[in-house]
Amino acid sequence: MSDDTQKGTTRRGFLGTAAAAGGAVVGAATAARASGPDPLITEVQDWASSFGDPVDATPYGMPIRFESHVVRRNVEWLTESPVSSINFTPIHALEGTITPQGCAFERHHSGAIELTKADYRLMINGLVDKPLVFTYEDLMRFPRASTTAFCECAANGGMEWGGAQLEGCQFTQGMIHNMEYIGVPLRLLLEEAGVQPEGTWIYVEGADASSNGRSIPMEKAMDDVLVAFYANGEALRKEHGYPVRLVVPGWEGNMWVKWLRRVGVYHAAVESREETSKYTDLMADGTARKWTWVMDAKSVITSPSPQAPIRHGKGPLVITGLAWSGQGKIARVDVSLDGGVNWQEARLTGDVKSKALTRFHLDIDWDGSEMILQSRAIDETGYVQPTKDELREIRGLNNVYHNNGIQTWWVREDGEVENVEVG
Amino acid sequence: MSKLANVLTGAALLAVTAGAAQAEGFGLGREALPEEIAAWDVAVLPDGTGLPEGSGDVWTGEEVFADACAACHGDFAEGIDSWPPLAGGLGSLQDRRPVKTVGSYWPYASTVWDYIHRSMPFGAAQTISADDTYAMVAYILYSNGLVEDDFVLSHENFTEVVLPNAEGFIVDDRAETEYPRFSAEPCMSECRDPVEITKRAVDLGVTPEDADGKPAGTLPPIMASAEASAPEATETAEAEPAAAEEPATEMAAAYDPELVSKGERVFNKCKACHKIGEGARNGTGPHLNGVIGHQAGAIEGFRYSKAMLEAGEEGLVWTDETLGAYLADPRGYIPRNKMSFAGLRKQEEIDAVIAYIATAGAM
Repeated sequence: MSDDTQKGTTRRGFLGTAAAAGGAVVGAATAARASGPDPLITEVQDWASSFGDPVDATPYGMPIRFESHVVRRNVEWLTESPVSSINFTPIHALEGTITPQGCAFERHHSGAIELTKADYRLMINGLVDKPLVFTYEDLMRFPRASTTAFCECAANGGMEWGGAQLEGCQFTQGMIHNMEYIGVPLRLLLEEAGVQPEGTWIYVEGADASSNGRSIPMEKAMDDVLVAFYANGEALRKEHGYPVRLVVPGWEGNMWVKWLRRVGVYHAAVESREETSKYTDLMADGTARKWTWVMDAKSVITSPSPQAPIRHGKGPLVITGLAWSGQGKIARVDVSLDGGVNWQEARLTGDVKSKALTRFHLDIDWDGSEMILQSRAIDETGYVQPTKDELREIRGLNNVYHNNGIQTWWVREDGEVENVEVG
Repeated sequence: MSKLANVLTGAALLAVTAGAAQAEGFGLGREALPEEIAAWDVAVLPDGTGLPEGSGDVWTGEEVFADACAACHGDFAEGIDSWPPLAGGLGSLQDRRPVKTVGSYWPYASTVWDYIHRSMPFGAAQTISADDTYAMVAYILYSNGLVEDDFVLSHENFTEVVLPNAEGFIVDDRAETEYPRFSAEPCMSECRDPVEITKRAVDLGVTPEDADGKPAGTLPPIMASAEASAPEATETAEAEPAAAEEPATEMAAAYDPELVSKGERVFNKCKACHKIGEGARNGTGPHLNGVIGHQAGAIEGFRYSKAMLEAGEEGLVWTDETLGAYLADPRGYIPRNKMSFAGLRKQEEIDAVIAYIATAGAM
């Protein structure tokens, strides 16, 4: 114990010196010189000498406690009730493109329910030759398909329509996650029931108390919609719709019905509450757009950002971010350090998949002066992510949904970052 | 066969599974029975598809609404706190703060019928009969000034109802109005004059914060000592129950911690409206600190129903027994009280939630 204390003191003493030294020499081309041997290297540490945890210490592991800040967070004033609410993915603290289920944002309309595989039923009815009921076991016997897709709430960024409001990309762009799904193409199930010619729409609804439901045109239903039961290699988590959810690539998250219990085939859209009073986009002239399903191309720099300030001083700096498009693949991402005056192309890191998150990086040598960071996504259709002002010019300020405008971060000389707008 | 060919690209896989593909499909699942379809297919479309037979009048609707909806939506459907208003707002859609209600925004009455019938009241979905649903829709139309007080809504006249904003919607036109505009080759240098910061989120101060005043979730410094920045897992685990137990009275200590913990999960059904524990305040329902062992209808500052106030004045005190009876059948135990909750069906849930309320709400 006394040994530990001594070691701790020594280590902290060293770190203090190093930080001070670092502060003095940052910006120099050569790396900082150590002021003395690092006890973390020269002294035998506990972990290098005695045992760590045995296998089975945690049969299903959680992140190490030093990552306890990497969690979903909500904004309490947004909603009246936590069972009909939303929280946000900590995208500022994640890298790559796959979102771990445990910190992927949640949106429930009547709370996350517990539904067993044994109690699960899926009904397909309406304008079909043969209305069917499937058990979970039935679904497991259909040929499977895989898709990696982002799920973004149509209201992601909705609080920013009127101006910069929340400090951190977790809150401004965090209603998004990206997972690798395995499931049955919805097309196979519909074909099993036999869709009649007048069946031009489906209506999908969940088994929870909200029975949240949305209409989807048959063309999309027969295209790339998946009835999914695995995500990121394991069963769906309860909050993501265990045991079965719908995956609707590229389209707004509200349509990705969780605890999917029924697919009804109809001659028209049902025009449910979630596709009339909500998830319609009010324009400046008082009319509203409906059926705005596709999520347009968008990007955000996840670090630096207000929750991920620069603490290492001048010199090499990794700018990292996410880009995505509901229309297909990301073709390019540009980054500006001066609020959109000049742009440079970022690197797309890793695989670029259609309708999935794409990671981009830009490595710069920061001179320590303030920066106004922006990123701009361009997708394979040639669509260029607009500024917020360009969107407001067309839609006004009451749109709520589908804010895919360019995000601006102001990096101050001290490395702290703020959410701002520029003009 | 052709179905599979579209799904499976590998020829080998095709060979293996082709035998399973019958002309009829995979032969999985079973035919849905008419009773099952009737139970689950409750969708109602604007053209009246799916509407069951029935009817209801405005006055019946007002009564049902007061009982089941008013706690959140207000007696006149005007909306309480941030719960949605259902009436008013006509002509406000171009305002900076538009009020989107059934009268001002919703395009179809079928949506109101469908939603009430399948999803409301909040926390007791699928408990409203078809006739009561007709009556409540009639009342909401009346609240919006769209029908007279003698109006009766039924499956026969339903499609005659046209809401004011029925023509207010256009189908997504981004492909014409936005995509061409946002598809030019982007500028790379000297694209605009130097910029100025015009808005700062910090000026609003509405972001959730950590204890140090930084935005919630700000990454801890990497080079700080791990012990200083990371919470001790074991400490946190021990600290929480300790903190909850601290203010507990002897009565609360009598509850089995497992039961209390189960009750906390049951309380999920309650917490949309009721807060409990340190700092709990009245919301849609009263806070529940100190209710056990005290007179009913006595939490300061909460506007109780007349029925609940009278029950308290007549001597009703919340004990395990009385609260248990109330939670089993809220509307039966105290008729016309305004808690819109159908009740807990299982005795074990009732016991657990009372244990939780007694413990977490101990004063």
